[in-house]
Amino acid sequence: MNKTSSKVYLAIRWAVLLLVLVAIYLPLLMIIVYSFSTSQSVGGSFGDFTFRLYSKLFENTKMLSALKNTLIIGLTSAALATILGTTASVGIHYMRRKLRSAVDTASQITVVNAEIVTAMGFFLLMIFLRDTVKVPVNFSLWWLIITHTVITTPYVILTVTPRLQQLNPNLLEASMDLGAGPMKSLFTVMLPQLAGAMVSGFALAFTLSLDDFVVTNINSFGANIDTISTYIYSGIRKKGIPIEIRALSTIIFVVVLTALIVYNIVKNKKAKKMAKKA
Amino acid sequence: MKAKKAKVFRPTAFAFPYLLVTAIFVIVPLILVLVYAFRGSDGSFTFNNFRQVFTDKETLTQLGKTIGIAALSTAICLVIAYAVAFILASQPFKKMAILALLFIIPMWINFMLRIFALQSLLAVIGIGKSYWAAVIGMVYDFFPYMLLPIYTVLVNMDKSYIEASRDLGANPVQTFFKVTLPLSFPGVISGISMMFMPIFSSYAITKMMGDMNTTVIGAKIASLFENVYGDYGYGSALSFVLLIIVFIVMLVGNALSRRTAKVPKGGKA
Repeated sequence: MNKTSSKVYLAIRWAVLLLVLVAIYLPLLMIIVYSFSTSQSVGGSFGDFTFRLYSKLFENTKMLSALKNTLIIGLTSAALATILGTTASVGIHYMRRKLRSAVDTASQITVVNAEIVTAMGFFLLMIFLRDTVKVPVNFSLWWLIITHTVITTPYVILTVTPRLQQLNPNLLEASMDLGAGPMKSLFTVMLPQLAGAMVSGFALAFTLSLDDFVVTNINSFGANIDTISTYIYSGIRKKGIPIEIRALSTIIFVVVLTALIVYNIVKNKKAKKMAKKA
Repeated sequence: MKAKKAKVFRPTAFAFPYLLVTAIFVIVPLILVLVYAFRGSDGSFTFNNFRQVFTDKETLTQLGKTIGIAALSTAICLVIAYAVAFILASQPFKKMAILALLFIIPMWINFMLRIFALQSLLAVIGIGKSYWAAVIGMVYDFFPYMLLPIYTVLVNMDKSYIEASRDLGANPVQTFFKVTLPLSFPGVISGISMMFMPIFSSYAITKMMGDMNTTVIGAKIASLFENVYGDYGYGSALSFVLLIIVFIVMLVGNALSRRTAKVPKGGKA
């Protein structure tokens, strides 16, 4: 290839990347810009630069309670999924091969299944428990926390298992042979080694829970609980989503971006440290 | 000695809570779907729900439409994501780690907020609720999930295959179609599987961005459960059919990736 054609090739590749980046970020950018305007529609006449939508956001109890529910469900279910997934990974790790592959397959069911089928499976289970078994339960915040825990736990297992495989397989037995009980061995020997993977698993479970719509939509049946996803969904469908949603969106975009950038800086620093040590 | 060992705690027991949860919340619901699918409104065993699924013209059309919009959106997303992944994995972009991250970041932002943002932008340009708006919504939503596996495969690909192909006289186009593309197939398959089936459940996107005629089968199932006197039998039969489709798609995906994994014979892979 001669010099001009390789320059043209480079320019074309830059153009493609920039075009896609603009397509990805332009919608988000517009929401951010219009979060400082009281214009009824995004793209309408901007008017004065104002923080009105932000103050309105803190008066909108429905929107705030959707945010609160999203965070409660996300944090609680991610914590439960991390505990359940980590202990499960340790247990599965010590299983015989046949049993292990059976459990692995079972844990993949909700991952590969269509989400709507998983969602209505939970729905039928609740109906069954409530109406047939007559357990005093109903669709509630707790039910959403449980369903989110069930769908995110496999992802924690997927995150923790590779780390577990890097550890010395005799670690747990050595600890127990030396007289520590199983619980003490788990907490003082295994878990410190898995801490990093558990944090990643928790973060993954948390984001998956925040992003969920289908399971939440079907399983908040009659409970009158909204998360951000279901709130926006019903708002847009009823053509009545309050404009302060733009302020909330902006806050979420900024928080996510900051968290990711900080995470990547910390990760790069750690990698550099490791490289120095080696 | 043996008796003593039986008393000793086995580390596998740590998995028991999870196994219990899986049994109650994953296995039992699947059994319930099966039971309801074969149960008539009077509680007796029946094939009526399935007969209804396969004779109801509306449901069949919806199923066809779902496969149509899923295939179309996945194909468009695949082409764009492959081009971006290919460029990102080439020099000089390969060295810019932050650049690739910029394309993946939307994965961590709530998809409903992103759809809301996209819808606002499309409204500004004058694209209202329509079939194509829904397709754009799907592509926009699933793009990072399609990009990530393809990019990972391309960026980690052993460049000696490409050099060998060039040394042996293949031009860049031949090298791409005969070497790079087949080697990146596992990433492509994993990207497709992250998008194609999930679209079946993406009724939020079709309802928010599509017109009256744009729909996915998930919307139908959701509607059967949404009201108090929902038709659980019909919904379950439909879900059962979806389960079978998931299973077939998975088998095809596995077979394809196993076949393509054999391509680089004698290589590191």
